[in-house]
Amino acid sequence: MAAIKVHGFHASTATNMVLCCLNEKQVEYDFVLVDLLTGAHKKPQYLALNPFGVVPTIQDGDLTLFESRAILRYLAQKFKGQGTDLLGSTLSEEALVYQWCEVEGQSFNPPVSTIVSQILVVPRRGGSTDEAAVEMNIEKLGKVLDIYEERLSKSKYLAGDFFSLADLQHLPHTHYLVNACGKGDLISSRKHVNAWWEDISSRPTWQKVAENMKVN
Amino acid sequence: MAMIKVHGHHLSTATRLVLCCLEEKQVDYELAFVDLSAGDHKQPQYLALNPFGVVPSIQDGDLTLFESRAVIKYLATKYRGQGTELLGNNVSEQALVDQWCEVEGQSFNPPASTILFQTFVVPIKGGRTDEAVVKMNVEKVVKVLDIYEERLSKSKYLAGDFFSLADLQHLPCTEYLINGCGKGDVISSRKHVKAWWKDISSRPVEESH
Repeated sequence: MAAIKVHGFHASTATNMVLCCLNEKQVEYDFVLVDLLTGAHKKPQYLALNPFGVVPTIQDGDLTLFESRAILRYLAQKFKGQGTDLLGSTLSEEALVYQWCEVEGQSFNPPVSTIVSQILVVPRRGGSTDEAAVEMNIEKLGKVLDIYEERLSKSKYLAGDFFSLADLQHLPHTHYLVNACGKGDLISSRKHVNAWWEDISSRPTWQKVAENMKVN
Repeated sequence: MAMIKVHGHHLSTATRLVLCCLEEKQVDYELAFVDLSAGDHKQPQYLALNPFGVVPSIQDGDLTLFESRAVIKYLATKYRGQGTELLGNNVSEQALVDQWCEVEGQSFNPPASTILFQTFVVPIKGGRTDEAVVKMNVEKVVKVLDIYEERLSKSKYLAGDFFSLADLQHLPCTEYLINGCGKGDVISSRKHVKAWWKDISSRPVEESH
C-alpha cells in the first residue's frame, strides 16, 4: 500500500500539526515539499489538489484531503487502534475532544496566528510588525488562556485526563509563540497552562516535528 | 430519558445550526432561552455551562457541550441511523464532510459573520455599520464562493453527491446574508452556488425556521 503523501512546507504550522499526528498514529508518510517561498502553492499543479492554495494537503490512495484539522480527524479515526488514541474512549469523550478542537480553531488560532504572522512573517516580507495589532491580539489570547487555566486546573488535558487531538492542535502555534516570538510569558505566567504546555511539548512525536520549525 | 436541552437564542446563527441538525436527525429537544440582550450569556449561571459566554450550549444527560460545530458532529455521530445521514457513507466521505466543514469554519464564516455583525449588531449597540469593512469582507466571501462554484459544478453538494453537515453549516449565516444584509447577489450570480442554495434552503426542516 502506498504511503500517505503530505504536500506541505517545513515551517508551516498546519503542516506540522499533520506530521505530529502521523507520528502519534505511527503512520508512514512521504513528505512532498511545496515551496511557499517560490509561490508553488499558487501554481495550477498544487491548486488541483487544494483550490484554496494553502498547505498542507494529503493524498491517501484515491482520497485527496485538505484543511489540517479535518486531516487530523481522518487520521485519528482511520487509524484508531494503532499508536496513541487521540479521540478519547467514549462518544462523550470524543465530543469533548471536538469541542476543544473547535475552541482552538475559532478562539485560540485567530489571535495567536495574527501575533506569529506580525512578528515572524511580516518583517521577512519586507513589512514592519504592527505593534498595535500584536497588543490587541495578546489581550484576546490572554482571555482565552485564562479560560484554559481554569479548565486545566480541573483536567490534565483539555478534553479530559487523556491527551487528544485538542491538545495536539495547539502545538505548532504555541511553539512559535514561545520559542520565536518572545511571548512565552503568556504561557509561563499561568500555572496549569504552563504545566500542560511542558507536558505536551515534550512528547517525542512533537519534538521530532519541532526540529523543522527552527527559526533564525 | 431526559430530552436534550439547548441553551441558546432563536436568532443566533450558531443556535439555529444546532436546532436544524436536531431536526434533521429527528431528535427531540427543549430550547432554554438565553437572553443575549439582557446579558444572560455573561452571567455565572450560563458561564458554568460555557466559560466562553457564547451560545449555544447543550446538555445531554451528564454531557455539557458547546461550540456549535462540535455539537452537530456529536449529534450526527450519536444518532447515526436515524433521520438524515449527515456524515456520508464511509470514512473517505466523512473526511470530505469534515474538510468542507473546516472550510466553512475557517474561510467562509469569518468574513460572512463580520458582515452580519456590522449589519445587525453594531447598530443595535448604537454604532454605525462600517461600509468599508463590509465591502472588504464581501470581497473575501466572493473569493471563497468562486471556489464553491467550481466545486459545485462537479458535485451536487459540497462533500459529494449527498447532503451533509458541511452544507448544513452554511445555512444560518447565508440566510441572513441574503435576507438581512441584502447580499443575495453573491449567491444568485453564481449558477451552481445558486442551485445548491435553492436546494439546501428549501429542505422542509430549514423552511420551518
